[in-house]
Amino acid sequence: MSEPLITLEHVQRTFDVKGQTITAVNDVNLEIPAGEVLCLVGESGCGKTTTGKMIAGLLPVSYGRILFRGQDIAALAPAERKSYRLGVQMVHQDPYASLNPVQTIADILAAPLQHHRFTRGEAETRKRMRELLEIVDLTPPDDYLDKYPHQLSGGQRQRVSVARALTVNPAFIVADEAVSMVDVSIRISLLKMFTRLKDEMGVGVLLITHDLALAKYFAWEGRIGVMYLGRLVEIGPARQVVGHPQHPYTQVLLSAIPEADPDVTRAKPRIALRSTDVPSLLRLPTGCTFHPRCPAFAGEVCAREVPALKRAGWGSDVACHLAQAHEP
Amino acid sequence: MQAIGDFLSGLWRESVKTLKILSRNKMGLFGFILIVLIVLLSFVGPFIWPPETSANVTEINQGASAQHWLGTDFQGQDNLRKIINGGKDIVLIAVITGVLSMLIAVVVGSFSAFVGGWVDSLLMELVNIWLTIPKFPLLAVLATVLALKDVVTLSVLMAVLEWPALARQVRSQVLSLKNRDYVEAAVMLDLGTPRIIFRELLPNMMSFVAISTIFAMTHAIYQQTGLVFLGIVPYSSANWGVMISAAERRGVLFNPQAAWSILAPMAAIVIFQLALVSFARSLDEVFNPRLRTSV
Amino acid sequence: MARPTLSVRDLSIAYRARRGQVQAVRGISFDIERGEALALIGESGSGKTTVGLGLMHLLPATARIVDGSATYHRPANGSDATAREIEVLGLKGDALRRFRWGECAMVFQSALNALNPVLRISEHFADTARAHGYLSASGQSNALRERSMDLLSRVRLDPERVWRSFPHELSGGMRQRVLIALALLLEPQLLILDEPTTALDILTQRSIMDVLKELRSQLGFSMLFISHDLALAAELADRVATMYAGRIIEIGDVRTIFQNPYHPYTIGLIKAVPTLAGDKEDLTSVPGSPPDLIDLPTGCKFHPRCPLADARCRSDEMDQTEAAPGHQVACWRWPDARDVLKSFQVK
Repeated sequence: MSEPLITLEHVQRTFDVKGQTITAVNDVNLEIPAGEVLCLVGESGCGKTTTGKMIAGLLPVSYGRILFRGQDIAALAPAERKSYRLGVQMVHQDPYASLNPVQTIADILAAPLQHHRFTRGEAETRKRMRELLEIVDLTPPDDYLDKYPHQLSGGQRQRVSVARALTVNPAFIVADEAVSMVDVSIRISLLKMFTRLKDEMGVGVLLITHDLALAKYFAWEGRIGVMYLGRLVEIGPARQVVGHPQHPYTQVLLSAIPEADPDVTRAKPRIALRSTDVPSLLRLPTGCTFHPRCPAFAGEVCAREVPALKRAGWGSDVACHLAQAHEP
Repeated sequence: MQAIGDFLSGLWRESVKTLKILSRNKMGLFGFILIVLIVLLSFVGPFIWPPETSANVTEINQGASAQHWLGTDFQGQDNLRKIINGGKDIVLIAVITGVLSMLIAVVVGSFSAFVGGWVDSLLMELVNIWLTIPKFPLLAVLATVLALKDVVTLSVLMAVLEWPALARQVRSQVLSLKNRDYVEAAVMLDLGTPRIIFRELLPNMMSFVAISTIFAMTHAIYQQTGLVFLGIVPYSSANWGVMISAAERRGVLFNPQAAWSILAPMAAIVIFQLALVSFARSLDEVFNPRLRTSV
Repeated sequence: MARPTLSVRDLSIAYRARRGQVQAVRGISFDIERGEALALIGESGSGKTTVGLGLMHLLPATARIVDGSATYHRPANGSDATAREIEVLGLKGDALRRFRWGECAMVFQSALNALNPVLRISEHFADTARAHGYLSASGQSNALRERSMDLLSRVRLDPERVWRSFPHELSGGMRQRVLIALALLLEPQLLILDEPTTALDILTQRSIMDVLKELRSQLGFSMLFISHDLALAAELADRVATMYAGRIIEIGDVRTIFQNPYHPYTIGLIKAVPTLAGDKEDLTSVPGSPPDLIDLPTGCKFHPRCPLADARCRSDEMDQTEAAPGHQVACWRWPDARDVLKSFQVK
């Protein structure tokens, strides 16, 4: 197998909040091959966005390393630094905050094209901008170039954000809840656009989302990673994680989500938690952080030892003391 | 450098648009026209109506008349002519103090916000201490010690005393803008610090900077008038503050006929302030791209 | 047949905006039967939230109820021998105050802001009761406490602990459950819930949904459930109304709407939502963007995004028609919409 595009080694991130230290991301290990589609799912505070920002280079790691094409991103030579900086881009969640309100779409797209000399001269820049807008389905492009962000709908703005990321020919895009603030009726077309970027241009995508059904749809050919209180608790092929969840937390999550079909959703078996209290990041439980709520709690070992992420069958890696028992 | 050039040429292009938007806001337009009129009168007026050099003993302390629209002063000189000739100082002090203090504030405030850490803490602590010093008495003491002769020195001194409060505001503006998603995007696109400052941050702060500058200007006018009125700054030239002070010292308050001599310069100051404030109010609209595009 | 709890007719609400009038709600009519849960589903700008705010007299100052009526009916029962009928939109002063909470209560999305941070939960219950003269005579404080504690345990909170807590000591999900308990204090017949779980995590959302289902079966109140989340509506509602550009474009039994919809927009919406069960589905977005509410399209407001639109759709807007018993749809092309759209794909 070729070298992964991005590797996370024991990545940890802490924040100081009012004199106390919270660990937002704890010992995350992950390899992302080039051109892969990966979804990170979890509830708020699970560390999925922090992980995404560290991969995008917007936050330094507190401990551990992130490698881009085998090189630690914290210690890159200038030429490599540039290839990483442009190679990994991010699309933010809020379409109303991610575009500078005082710039036209043409201003927004021209800046990176000209600054990095991807295009020379007005005519070439405009031609490239048109191509980019066509890639993100904003057609005819001339209708959009001279508009300001506030003249576009939320979905259209997200497409502009993607076009802006594509100006620098990235190898990887971190999409942080990139469709969750967009109307339901147009989310799928945005996801299809990301899929096309992967298929046609080989751009890998990390979609960070709280919506497991969306993750299943988007990452069907790729992987889903589930995070809980800063740790990666399960990761595997999407259809396995959704169809045969191994970690009790994934199982609880899947059983809790309502479905958009009255018969299916009402007949769904629900798994009850041992406790509905969400532990504070300031006082994380010992051992497996899910043990106080875990329906499969197996006693002392869960409360004492942090389970390592291990292969547990069906191609999934699971961090649970009980997972080995599921080996087929 | 190119980023700065772009910024300036963009600024010019936008000024034309600005006038169009301004024409839709009645208060703003009113303020803008008044400002233009006052500046024109103060700088061009003196060539048409030069100051009177001698006293007119026959026309001392008169009320308004067809000949003297705003009456005459204790020397029998025309009040209107004096106001025209005394405006230049006021405008100069307002502009120099306002712009200079804002400039220092933008540089220090953004530097503090950008660098962060202990530099930020230290700078803001200094600013806090500075803010506790009563500015006007200090200015009065400094003015006597330094024996101020011209308006420029006075303006610079006032600007040096004024910027800390503005710097705090600039810092909080930059801090909130710095974390916007589009600034993060510019960082990821590696567009460089000058570009991020001049293209992503500053244009979004323009309305704040412009409005704050104008309010700093109004503040400077009052301070200057106060200093002259108290006699701390010598009467180096004729200006509105000097007129008020002179009228007061000549006992005009007790002479109903001569009320014009004190009311006229006061009115001039109030009108100029009013013009500045109503212009400032409309600037928020001017800088809003939603409104800009619908021109 | 029993009278419906709430009967809304031809309700229209408009907002004043810089560019002109925003026609947020345009002549909608619906009934909520006794004990029934009706879900209003739609996307941002569909007008669903405005309907809830309008019924509770909570519209912002720029909004105006242009037209329409809303009749609330409370039948005689054991403790109250007289049936009551209230014209909701005309309520003022004391009568309005009695209607809110007493007859109809609302739970919002932002649970954090709905509770006063300096008051303990117990004081919230006491204040609400006092303001409405409920169990507030001297000597009744124990009865009030018992009633409140009962409600708190019904929403699966630890009443003893929560009773003495300040809002910031509770999690988002707990605060939302406190609000539901508080809303039910005066035994309202109708509960309006506006995106009650949107800001919450999946597991918290699940517990709120379970609490709501349980309370409704125990207490038998009616529910108007406002949400953009189709899955929530599928699970909680008895009937579903789809809103688009200020109108109800389809209304019917929950199974009918989700499994047999007629309106191209409802069909599109359901085809746009991924599910967890089964393999990867063939999903597709509704083409185009939501309409500009100030400058609405002519004819059917959905026609610019509708693959079936013809000349009539572009010129005339259709009123609701009965497609099947209890199933109304406002679309000229409803009889063949489903067949045509089956083969339809958007990239």
